[in-house]
Amino acid sequence: MTAGGDAFRQGAEGLERGPLPSDAGGEGAAPPAGELPPHPSVDALREEFGAGVLRHELVAGDEHIVYVPPAHNVEVLTWLRDTPAHRYDFLQDLTAVDYGGGRPIQVVYQLWSIPNRLNLRVKCELPLHALEIETVYYLWRAADWLEREVFDMFGVVFTGHPDLRRILMPYNYAEGHPLRKDFPLRGRFSRAEQTRRALSMKTEDHYSPQELELAHALGQALPEVMVEGPVQGDAPGIGIGAG
Amino acid sequence: MLKRVVYNVLRNPELAPGGSLVHAPVVPVQGEAYEVHEDIAGEHMLINIGPQHPATHGVLRLVLELDGETVVRCIPHIGYLHSSFEKLGEYRDWNQIVPLTDRMDYLAPLIYNCAYAMAVEKLMGIEVTERCKVVRVICMEMDRIFSHLLWLGTTAIDLGAFTVFLYTFQQREKVYDLHERFTGARITTSSTRIGGMMADLPPGWIGQLQEFLDNFVPVLDEVETLLTNNAIWIGRTQGVGEISAADAVNFGLSGPNLRASGVDYDIRKDRPYYDYETYDFDVPVGEHGDIYDRYLCRMEEMRQSVSLLRQAIERLPGGPINVDDPRVILPTKTAAMNDMESMIHHFKVVMEGVRAPVGESWFSVESSKGELGMYVVSDGGAKPVRWRVRGPSFINIAALPHMIEGALLSDVIAVNASLDIVLGEIDR
Repeated sequence: MTAGGDAFRQGAEGLERGPLPSDAGGEGAAPPAGELPPHPSVDALREEFGAGVLRHELVAGDEHIVYVPPAHNVEVLTWLRDTPAHRYDFLQDLTAVDYGGGRPIQVVYQLWSIPNRLNLRVKCELPLHALEIETVYYLWRAADWLEREVFDMFGVVFTGHPDLRRILMPYNYAEGHPLRKDFPLRGRFSRAEQTRRALSMKTEDHYSPQELELAHALGQALPEVMVEGPVQGDAPGIGIGAG
Repeated sequence: MLKRVVYNVLRNPELAPGGSLVHAPVVPVQGEAYEVHEDIAGEHMLINIGPQHPATHGVLRLVLELDGETVVRCIPHIGYLHSSFEKLGEYRDWNQIVPLTDRMDYLAPLIYNCAYAMAVEKLMGIEVTERCKVVRVICMEMDRIFSHLLWLGTTAIDLGAFTVFLYTFQQREKVYDLHERFTGARITTSSTRIGGMMADLPPGWIGQLQEFLDNFVPVLDEVETLLTNNAIWIGRTQGVGEISAADAVNFGLSGPNLRASGVDYDIRKDRPYYDYETYDFDVPVGEHGDIYDRYLCRMEEMRQSVSLLRQAIERLPGGPINVDDPRVILPTKTAAMNDMESMIHHFKVVMEGVRAPVGESWFSVESSKGELGMYVVSDGGAKPVRWRVRGPSFINIAALPHMIEGALLSDVIAVNASLDIVLGEIDR
């Protein structure tokens, strides 16, 4: 057992040392551009937008992240999508990250260029008091549901999105935005209150405002209560559409 | 107004020697077109499909506005199966998340297990062993067949071909047995760990896999004779649910749905992982982006997966399956029971969990349904700050209204089936 014992003694010491240092460079102050391996699109972005590129980071070995001001997200992304040398035509993912502790929420655009085989991650940091950013629905239709999901889960409002409503949670969900760090794992309401609400669900809870409008326009015979539209959540400030 | 083209002439796909359909020129043969219906005085009707309906392949709900039999508007509703996996993941260790991943796509659980482990390993800078790489390739290609078989069976049964369903489910049962022998579970495999696998392949497993492959190819040929030149199948699938290449890219479609439109994007080729660049395989690409091309692409992908599996079996090296890194891998049971340091080591890994360095990683693999991305963000602790899954089904199904608006009600079922969705992953 001695050989094995030695190996695992080293193992225990390794555990004491904590996380692996493979990625230590990714955190903290952003190193100057020259020190990172170059990425053609990042260099071109710096040339085109200058101070519009706030930071450039490299994580997990080969993943480049560019931080841009939220006010210029559509401008930068349109340029990335349409410039022939880059052509990020495929929106792989659009999501958000909440680090908690009052830090800004990051909206993450993960891009891939099918013709040029390039990867780039663009991030916009939104302070908690101004969770608004312009939609990229008109650049990539893939953003339609992804933005709805970020709105549902984080409360980020995408201005200009044609149909911004909850997607995974019920339309009348009144407990807030579940993936925020300030949202407790079991929800804001007590179990009793959650049960009471579940039992008192009405028909209109299952129809979107769009459908109710549609049914009304078609003149279909619907119960009065459905034509009135869905009820807003009764907890102030965390109902439908509230940031 | 609306014309439906009926394909009464059989389209004969050109078969390469060996039955391969790669880049088969798919030419639409125009039959005689006729008026299917007349506009019924402009009256529209609102109907509801699902959430509990066999043809929605899960708890998907579609609200359709119909003009006669033509779909004018489609509003999908999801979220009935929402389990908040991503939130749960923030309260779990890195290794404890593995069971959540296979509950997302229960039709190809091993691909999800592997993709998650690969993303975390990339974040930690761990290179898994050669044997582990090949075992994971075997797992992923086996589950690609597993998932495509379910797609084939259910789509065929949705369009009225009952026999195919029986053939494919018989073969799926063989893969269930392989899952069970390897991981102990038929569906909820949970077989990967950070840095390796839960266990090495059991003795005789590779033989059982080879036996499955040998028996599977003739069945696939048989299914192809049932469908590929079947007039009803062709009539229901050719020219239905078409999406152009530009639209497919814009909508973010991936996997066979994207390739059927003629876009050659396969992550195994474009951003190879686990030495996929050293395997010899082709990526079938369609031309028309209709259901028939999606069908051809998936059929050929299954054949390519068989070839990949055979190559992987051939090169399967010996050696350990887990990395030799004490930060992530437990000591052996014997060591933990016999010396103090190993006992402490075991205790610390189990109780404190594996710790990932500060940073983030976005890693995607080619799952059976498309691009499966795993985004993990760590603050250096034992639990992720954020664990995000870019589910291929979630983004593929978002294009459904675009494909079926203007089509017939009966085509809604066909198009929905052809997208190969799994609601566990859409709703998360």
